[in-house]
Amino acid sequence: MSKGYPGVQALADVSFGVARGAVHGLMGENGAGKSTLIRLLSGDQRADAGDILIDGTVQTYASVRDAFEAGVIVIHQELQLVPELTVAENLWLGRFPARAGVLDRKRLLSEVGARLRDVGIDVNPSAKVASLSIGERQMVEIAKAVMLDARVIALDEPTSSLSSKESEILFSLIARLKARGTVILYVSHRLDEVFRLCDSLTVLRDGKLAAHHPDLSRVTRDQVISEMVGREITNIWGYRSRLHGEVRLKVENLSGERLPRPIDFEVRAGEILGFFGLIGAGRSEMTRLLFGADSRRTGRVVIDGQAVAPDSPPASIRAGLVLCPEDRKHDGIIQGRSVEENIAISARRLFSPFGLVHPRKEAELADRFIGQLRIRTPSRQQDIVHLSGGNQQKVILGRWLAEAGVRVLVIDEPTRGIDVGAKSEIYALLYDLAAAGMAIVVISSELPEVMGITDRIQVMCGGQITRQFERAAYDEREILSAAFPDTRQSRP
Amino acid sequence: MQSLKKILLGEQGLVVIFALAFVLVSITVPNFLTERNMLGLLQSVVTIGIVSCTMMFCLASRDFDLSVGSTVAFSGMVAVMASNSTGSILLGLLAAITCGAIVGVINGVVIARFRINALITTLATMQIVRGFALISSDGRAVGINDPAFYDLALTRILGVPAPVWVMGLFFVLFGFVLNRTVFGKNTLAIGGNPEAARLAGVNVVTMRIWIFALQGLVCGVAGILLASRITSGQPNAATGLELSVISACVLGGVSLAGGRAAMTGVIVGVLIMGIAENVMNLLNIQAFYQYVVRGMILLLAVLLDNLRVSAATMSRR
Repeated sequence: MSKGYPGVQALADVSFGVARGAVHGLMGENGAGKSTLIRLLSGDQRADAGDILIDGTVQTYASVRDAFEAGVIVIHQELQLVPELTVAENLWLGRFPARAGVLDRKRLLSEVGARLRDVGIDVNPSAKVASLSIGERQMVEIAKAVMLDARVIALDEPTSSLSSKESEILFSLIARLKARGTVILYVSHRLDEVFRLCDSLTVLRDGKLAAHHPDLSRVTRDQVISEMVGREITNIWGYRSRLHGEVRLKVENLSGERLPRPIDFEVRAGEILGFFGLIGAGRSEMTRLLFGADSRRTGRVVIDGQAVAPDSPPASIRAGLVLCPEDRKHDGIIQGRSVEENIAISARRLFSPFGLVHPRKEAELADRFIGQLRIRTPSRQQDIVHLSGGNQQKVILGRWLAEAGVRVLVIDEPTRGIDVGAKSEIYALLYDLAAAGMAIVVISSELPEVMGITDRIQVMCGGQITRQFERAAYDEREILSAAFPDTRQSRP
Repeated sequence: MQSLKKILLGEQGLVVIFALAFVLVSITVPNFLTERNMLGLLQSVVTIGIVSCTMMFCLASRDFDLSVGSTVAFSGMVAVMASNSTGSILLGLLAAITCGAIVGVINGVVIARFRINALITTLATMQIVRGFALISSDGRAVGINDPAFYDLALTRILGVPAPVWVMGLFFVLFGFVLNRTVFGKNTLAIGGNPEAARLAGVNVVTMRIWIFALQGLVCGVAGILLASRITSGQPNAATGLELSVISACVLGGVSLAGGRAAMTGVIVGVLIMGIAENVMNLLNIQAFYQYVVRGMILLLAVLLDNLRVSAATMSRR
């Protein structure tokens, strides 16, 4: 298959095959062509050249509906369900069973119930989708694919918003679909999952086929990583140790509406402190209170001995406390505005007398950080939405580094949705900043990342800090067990 | 063909279309391109033009203001009545501008501080303020006592009436504010992503209150000039102004989703509205048809904008 867009060859002559009943991984950095491939497969867009064959027959389809008919179903990261309708209604959407225009409610429910049981999905068919968790919604999407007798189901980053328990349920469902002979295309950034689930693997790089592994058991992870990046990456963390100075950030008694039990901790200058916990453990709530994005109920945040005014991001920023938020799309980037404006938004107050902006200085500032952080963008005028996740994260980092006196950097999920190459660049930057004396707080739900880059870890569970680990004492099993609610009960 | 498409759908597409339409109309419509008609045309768009300046900020920050028409009428009434009772035009003008600004601040506080939807809030204040305008004079028009008040609209500088100068000044001023001040940049940032702007240190609540306050204040100025031109305070003046102003902004490429605005676009939008009306008057087209034409121009402009956005994303991928 080939597909070009003006100026870019997004997919160049890529071919691969998948056996019936196989789970096939599709990996590659952002921009490698995975999304394009998925789009062609889903019928959303048409290829410039190339064919899709199922059981030896060439499939020609021009729309998403045609792809459904052909038995190819793509389950996107953003789920395509109507929240106000019930599970059963969603599964029938587009072809409601009806007699003379009147809904056949009996059939609507009974058939769905049978299908859900069939694939082992435990969801009430008459529940509204809005009342389901993200994991359950995804199950419903998969059930929809099963209802349409899908022969090929493509899952695009299916676990990105699932808890580990929900992921396990998904994995067992995938195993059952596999046993039925369905082809599963599994697109993911997560090596662990791919190696655990997939029988075979295709690696894309710059729109081209970088490698095809019909038998994944013969391949190592390092090999796949270097195929993705096109160069050897021996250790993506690249951890560097540093000397720690005085206590820089002191948090006392911090609590708020969504974090009722108070929290205390300290970070030293030059130290990288990690927060690990499962989804809902209160990590992001804690960062928002810390930064003043949400109202505090109690607590004091002290930087270098001076208290920071609560409930106000501007006060935090002036005191040198900045936050790179977890959800970049919702809380980080300013869509529709340029890279330059996204960098200058906060720091421009430092060089804008009487509120008059200084275009030349803003341009210089943007160019400086585009160079320094190696932000890949055609120009500083580019709309930020067109940058990859990693480059958007760098822009937000640039926004804060442009502030003269940042003393505490809080970075929530520093590399979510970011490809391997950009990841190590961001880690290296964090080490540099810490070495220059900054106190850094990293929040992450990826344990290898927290263990890989931090000097110390605080584990959160149920809105409390349950345990602390020094780097020398890092132990994957113990950290995980401190994060799970049930094991915590038995601890004194 | 390809290059024509490129020009029309490009950044300056609207300006090009406007220029073409202007030339076409100048050639085909008699009496259009005369000094008298041009000045008349400009004078007829003064109210829309002035109010569009701040409506642009409102829309660019993802807000909305339906109360502008009522505020213009109300502050016009206040200007006339306060001048009459105090005997001082200056006091009348100050009172009008203050009243406009107060309406704006109330809008802003309710919307930004109490987080009530802008559409609902300004729909309510639109009716309340119109009510005040009617109550203040028992629904009657109020004549101006001091003839010096007329001079506001009649004075000509270099042959151009003062209100047109004021409109021009506002265009320059708010164009500068949008592009060259932190206020303007923050307005666009809030429109682009309010939560991200807040977390980047922009004081979103204060900004939004200021935008509405400015909007009210500018409506006060527009109300004064309108009262002076129609030589009285009319409680029913400027009905439907909100729709014309929003149309002009949208015509000018201001995004209703926020984050995108340009002063030149808005000026062109205002002029297109004015020219359409002017030409229809010159051609003796019945007023009823003018509604249809105005609506169609707006629809066409939005469709064009849609094409432009999709063309831009296509070429980027």
